[in-house]
Amino acid sequence: MLFRTMTVAAAMLALTAPMSAAGGADDDVLVINEDIEITTKAAASPLLDGHLDEVISGWHFRDDDTQAMEMDDFDNPGMIFVDQAIEVWNTAEGSEGKSCADCHGTPEEMAGVRAVYPKWNEDAGEVRTMQMQINSCRTERMGAEAWKYDAADAINMEALLASVSRGMPVNVATDGPAAETWEKGKEMYYTRYGLLELSCANCHEQNYGNYIRADHLSQGQINAFPAYRLKNAKLNGVHDRFKGCIRDTRAETFSPGSPEFVALELYVASRGNGLDVEGPSVRN
Amino acid sequence: MADGVKPRVKVPSKAAAGEAITIKTLISHPMESGQRKDSSGNVIPRSIINRFTCEFNGESVIDITMEPAISTNPYFEFEATVPEAGEFKFTWYDDDGSVYEDSKKIEIG
Repeated sequence: MLFRTMTVAAAMLALTAPMSAAGGADDDVLVINEDIEITTKAAASPLLDGHLDEVISGWHFRDDDTQAMEMDDFDNPGMIFVDQAIEVWNTAEGSEGKSCADCHGTPEEMAGVRAVYPKWNEDAGEVRTMQMQINSCRTERMGAEAWKYDAADAINMEALLASVSRGMPVNVATDGPAAETWEKGKEMYYTRYGLLELSCANCHEQNYGNYIRADHLSQGQINAFPAYRLKNAKLNGVHDRFKGCIRDTRAETFSPGSPEFVALELYVASRGNGLDVEGPSVRN
Repeated sequence: MADGVKPRVKVPSKAAAGEAITIKTLISHPMESGQRKDSSGNVIPRSIINRFTCEFNGESVIDITMEPAISTNPYFEFEATVPEAGEFKFTWYDDDGSVYEDSKKIEIG
């Protein structure tokens, strides 16, 4: 297997060169604001038996400078967007004249919410992502217009809710009524797409730690989303990232917010069960 | 005025007399370079922060001229020696004439 060979090659290289040259996960420890300790490596859940032994946050695959930006809220450009979301949180909108704060109080009272999404919604009879739930609040309780999926307003609000859950372990439910959606997501994860015939697993399960052109492949964990990317200087949503990956396989992609991506988000989130919520994170 | 402009400053609340402290500043601003065109081919007018200053008790600490190549949300980190208790005053000057200010007090101890 290619992966095995590469690992052996990397191990031999380590005899003569520092391990950092191999491109794998490093052993740094993530503490945000010298206060919030983040679990960035954890034993894989039984759902991943035979696939992964350990789940690792994408933070470990970035270089030290990028890692440092996430360790302090002042240095983390993603927090600018969190600030903007706090203003929106407190602003009344729509025909009911209500703001998020009128029902939910302070954003801090929503701590832990990000960690369990996507989640089955009994009334709607569907698995909902954070953004779908936020939009349901907006249209049903506030009488406001729904935000476009992964657009700035929506992603900023998701970042705010992630920021108050930092340090809490991801724990999405995969059983019960969500099981059907989860199975659909799992099937997508192992389906080869596009002209290059690549599945998510080909890169993020079989080759994480190896190079993809000039960059390191991570495990594709989504505990740290939304992610501020240095390449486009804004927050990026999970579905946008999925779309980018599928596009890179030279396939026609699904749309952000589509049932396919909701299922994939549930499945990929469950692969990170045990890692802490880390968003908004800083990535390449 | 550009939308969503918000200055942020991080200064330690205390320092020893004569100690060099690290100051971090960031202002959220689009920093439109004036080189880009919109979808119909018209040049998007330049709109940047063109000057940033920091003063301590009226004395200049740093005075920076900024140019269009500086990217969005400009961030500055610099050191300053604190001889006495007082106040740092930060000022950003926008192309459109707007001036954004922030200040932080520091104690000796």
